Amino acid sequence: MTAETPIPSTVTSSSTAGPQVTIAPARPSVQGQTLAAAVRETAIKVRGFSSWYSSFQALKSLDLEMHAKHVTALIGPSGCGKSTFLRWINRMNDSITGARASGTLELAGVDLLSQSLDVVDLRRRVGMVFQKPNPFPKSIYDNVAFGPRLHKVYTRAELDELVEQSLRQASIWNEVKDRLRASALSLSGGQQQRLCIARAIAVGPEVLLMDEPCSALDPKSTLAIEELIETLADRYTIVIVTHNMQQAARVSDHTAFFFEGHLIESGATEEMFTRPKNKQTEDYVTGRFG
Amino acid sequence: MLGRQKSVAARTLRERLIVAMLALAATFSIFVTGTIIVILTKETLGFFAFPDVTLGEFFGSFEWNPLLGSEKHFGIWPLVSGTLLVMAIAASFALPIGLITAVYLSEYASPRVRSVLKPALEILAGIPTVVYGFFALTVITPMLQKLTPAFGSYNAMSAGLATGIMVLPIVCSMSEDSLRAVPRSLRDGAFALGGTRFDVSVKVVIPAALSGIVAAFLLAISRAVGETMIVPLAAGGIAQITANPAAEVQTMTAYLVQIFLGDAPATGVEYKSSYAVAAMLFVMTFALTMVGQWTLRRFREEYD
Repeated sequence: MTAETPIPSTVTSSSTAGPQVTIAPARPSVQGQTLAAAVRETAIKVRGFSSWYSSFQALKSLDLEMHAKHVTALIGPSGCGKSTFLRWINRMNDSITGARASGTLELAGVDLLSQSLDVVDLRRRVGMVFQKPNPFPKSIYDNVAFGPRLHKVYTRAELDELVEQSLRQASIWNEVKDRLRASALSLSGGQQQRLCIARAIAVGPEVLLMDEPCSALDPKSTLAIEELIETLADRYTIVIVTHNMQQAARVSDHTAFFFEGHLIESGATEEMFTRPKNKQTEDYVTGRFG
Repeated sequence: MLGRQKSVAARTLRERLIVAMLALAATFSIFVTGTIIVILTKETLGFFAFPDVTLGEFFGSFEWNPLLGSEKHFGIWPLVSGTLLVMAIAASFALPIGLITAVYLSEYASPRVRSVLKPALEILAGIPTVVYGFFALTVITPMLQKLTPAFGSYNAMSAGLATGIMVLPIVCSMSEDSLRAVPRSLRDGAFALGGTRFDVSVKVVIPAALSGIVAAFLLAISRAVGETMIVPLAAGGIAQITANPAAEVQTMTAYLVQIFLGDAPATGVEYKSSYAVAAMLFVMTFALTMVGQWTLRRFREEYD
């Protein structure tokens, strides 16, 4: 087993010091380009991060930075550890017996691997969208209201407004506004997935994790989700795992290529797809393997 | 080509035979149910054919006294009341505890704890009901009497509790099955929104499994209504209308046991009355099933 890399001190880097703003205002689109370049705040910082399932090492000493209000795509062949990594960011791996991790994983300066971390609070800040749409067998309204109701007490009017806002942000409001009381399962797969995004947004997260959110959807629904991801990037830090290279190229600002538990290469998506530095990355993004 | 061609005729014959046997097996249970209904109806009509029995008395009188005294009374309600009292006690014990145990086993318990608890519950399910009857009479009743002297040696409480223990494994294992059948993706979704284990169990998993849980409840209640070994041993034999759990009551099943064990000649009106009671019991459990079906359709949260 590889030796654990020394854990760097956690509160030094100037870029991560200070708490992240909780609900971020939309990025002004007028000067979007220049501002986007300027506001390269690191939202998630990864240093020497390794993880295990019992004795199997799934991730090997990763170093990576994910920028606030940008889309980071994690690509790589099946079993390369990208989903495992994603599930560490909101600690979904806690429920897997034998799963453990070492190194640094920080969200806005907060150590995500700490034993004393309040996981409920973390998951309020880090939402997740799954591979297969998993709406609860409840009404559309109750699906979106589920998360908020867990954490706060709302008046009827407040909740109505929050539900509408979330559905609007997830670009599904117009399709469901007349049937909020209908079962979420009456929606199509693509609508269900956007509902799940609305459900995640409703809690007011800073980060959205998406685990192959389009792999169970048809091309048209996939396109709708991809467009949605682009608009959401104005407000949220998005980390998306995808098998689809074109998708990574289309939606992400940054791409990280995983292979057999190693982070092979990461950088601006354009660079990664046009001028990859690593031979393995080049082979993968050009479809020579994987 | 290697091999000898198999006969098509033999294959066709074999398939036909198998289909016939399957159909026969499937028809058997329908045939038995039909026969039971026919016999119940016929004998019940025979009971009402007696000159001193009327339908009006059966449903209008509040006295059940077919065996003793100079004047016989055939009002069904005391037996129904006794049955419902025992059922209510059994249900209010077994349904909550069974569901809580099921949630614990399915959502909280580690595999090790479950590997001990589940077999223990299954042993409970394997105990003959006559043993529960003895348990009620010799353990539960004395304990109740220690609590308060109001309890006689025969009482509804003791029988109800023993019946509750008897149906506990049904509630528990059927509910647990339906809880565990809820897809993991729903739990993940709720956890990812910041739900605690309790939130996830109560707000997502139980609602999603509700149809199975209701089915478990109804089967348990039907079993409690039809329970025939515990009640004659522990609840006694006085048919009376009461809601007092310390009182001695007779249930419909207990009356049937009393009659068929030879307390009445096989031709008399007392004997025939048992068929009317059995028909009533049948109607009650049938109604329970119907209510159950309706509840399922009404409250079902389907996943997938």
